[in-house]
Amino acid sequence: MKKLQDKPTDKEVSISNKLEVPMQRRMFMRYAGATAAVTTLLFTTACDDDDDETDPTAVDLGSGDTGILNYAYALEQLEAAFYTEVVAKSMGIFTQAEQQIMQDIKGHESIHRDFLKAALGSAAIPNLEVNFSSINFNDKNSILTTARTFEDLGVAAYNGAGKFLESAGFLTLAGKIVSVEARHAAVIRDLITNGTFSDSADANGLDPAMMPADVLAAAAPFIKTKISANNLPK
Amino acid sequence: MNIFKIIEDIEKVDPEVYNRLDSRRSAFKNLGSLTKKTALAAIPLALGSVFQKAYGQSTNTIVEVLNFALKLEYLERNFYTQGLAASGLIPAGAARTAIQKIQQHEAAHVTLLRTTIQNLNGTPISEPTFNFGKNFPDWNTNYQTFLTLAQAFEDTGVRAYKGQAANLINNDAVLTAALQIHSVEARHAAHIRRMRNNPAWIIGDGANSNVPAPAQPVYAGEGNVSQGGINDIKTLGTGYSAAIATAAFDEPLTKEQVAQIVSLFE
Repeated sequence: MKKLQDKPTDKEVSISNKLEVPMQRRMFMRYAGATAAVTTLLFTTACDDDDDETDPTAVDLGSGDTGILNYAYALEQLEAAFYTEVVAKSMGIFTQAEQQIMQDIKGHESIHRDFLKAALGSAAIPNLEVNFSSINFNDKNSILTTARTFEDLGVAAYNGAGKFLESAGFLTLAGKIVSVEARHAAVIRDLITNGTFSDSADANGLDPAMMPADVLAAAAPFIKTKISANNLPK
Repeated sequence: MNIFKIIEDIEKVDPEVYNRLDSRRSAFKNLGSLTKKTALAAIPLALGSVFQKAYGQSTNTIVEVLNFALKLEYLERNFYTQGLAASGLIPAGAARTAIQKIQQHEAAHVTLLRTTIQNLNGTPISEPTFNFGKNFPDWNTNYQTFLTLAQAFEDTGVRAYKGQAANLINNDAVLTAALQIHSVEARHAAHIRRMRNNPAWIIGDGANSNVPAPAQPVYAGEGNVSQGGINDIKTLGTGYSAAIATAAFDEPLTKEQVAQIVSLFE
């Protein structure tokens, strides 16, 4: 797969790509007239800027697939920073088995973070500054409930963002990561109360899927850096 | 320009256009409330996405994927239902409660998939006959064998849904539901793995998954360290072991690989 920085970012290029969607030939002929009309429409108005207001000090996640991957990168930065702190400060309050779990999760979140950074290349957002002042790293319950918040939020974020990805390759990659986040979430939940591994699911047996704005609002108390999701796909 | 005129034109050759665009209907409603300037800027992008997603992939493909998922969910539901009914198999207490909870989710997934297939004017496959004892004769008398198969089914489920996500990319509602099931399967897998004293995550090609030879295909390819064009993700930082690198990413299985696994129980 190509790295992100190789992806077209120019609006007209990406729009013309959209028009090259594979379509059955018969279907294509039937739609040729309407498609021509749409094409004209696209190229005559594609240069208009959007009117979103942005905080100039905020880190902008960007648009399209790049924006969604930066959104994931932001969440992985938060998780990796958290578990790094846990492993550095809190190992004494955990059993040996729990210590192994914390170290494993720290490793997974860190490699998710570094992978997304590498994949995004020059499009990657900067390092975020975190705010863990509300967490008591000497208290097991404080650590585990925060971990549960982060893991469940991560799962819901990936579940909600999948539909915004245009690239099948990125969608599969996000899928490879989200199930590991779900494994983390299940373990952390079980460490709090055994048997609650999947209590996040609703009556249809579905985990939550959250939109970026809601996820970022939930994560905001833990992130000092302001983040703008204004240009993310909606 | 008039977006509604374009859709009207399409309707003349394709009466189903509104059904195809159904999941986007709210987007079209919203267009009416936008200012003229914003609408002119927003519509081309919205349209490109709408047409790509509505026409890029046939409903047949999506129904096929859903029926493929339905077969796995039938298998899981059947397995847990029979397991719970087998006298003396699953110990009372936390173990039984967990298996009951998982069984309820699998049953809900069966119902949801059947309904979704019907809503897409497809026909849900009927429940196949499974033979869990074909390769594992003590599956319903030996609790450890039962848990081994439960782990294999959950990890297979995770990998199977993951492998089909790209085939659902053009239907947002179905893709999202599939992802929402996918992460629940992963939660089940994590719990079952820990009931067997395994780590919750898959390290390498199943070295830590503790399954007998016939179930090894469940973990084929999990040793992959090449992701997204990066040849070896261990090199992304210091201290990344193969265990960390492989456990951090669950790998997809193809339909054929899943069919091979399911055939062990048919």
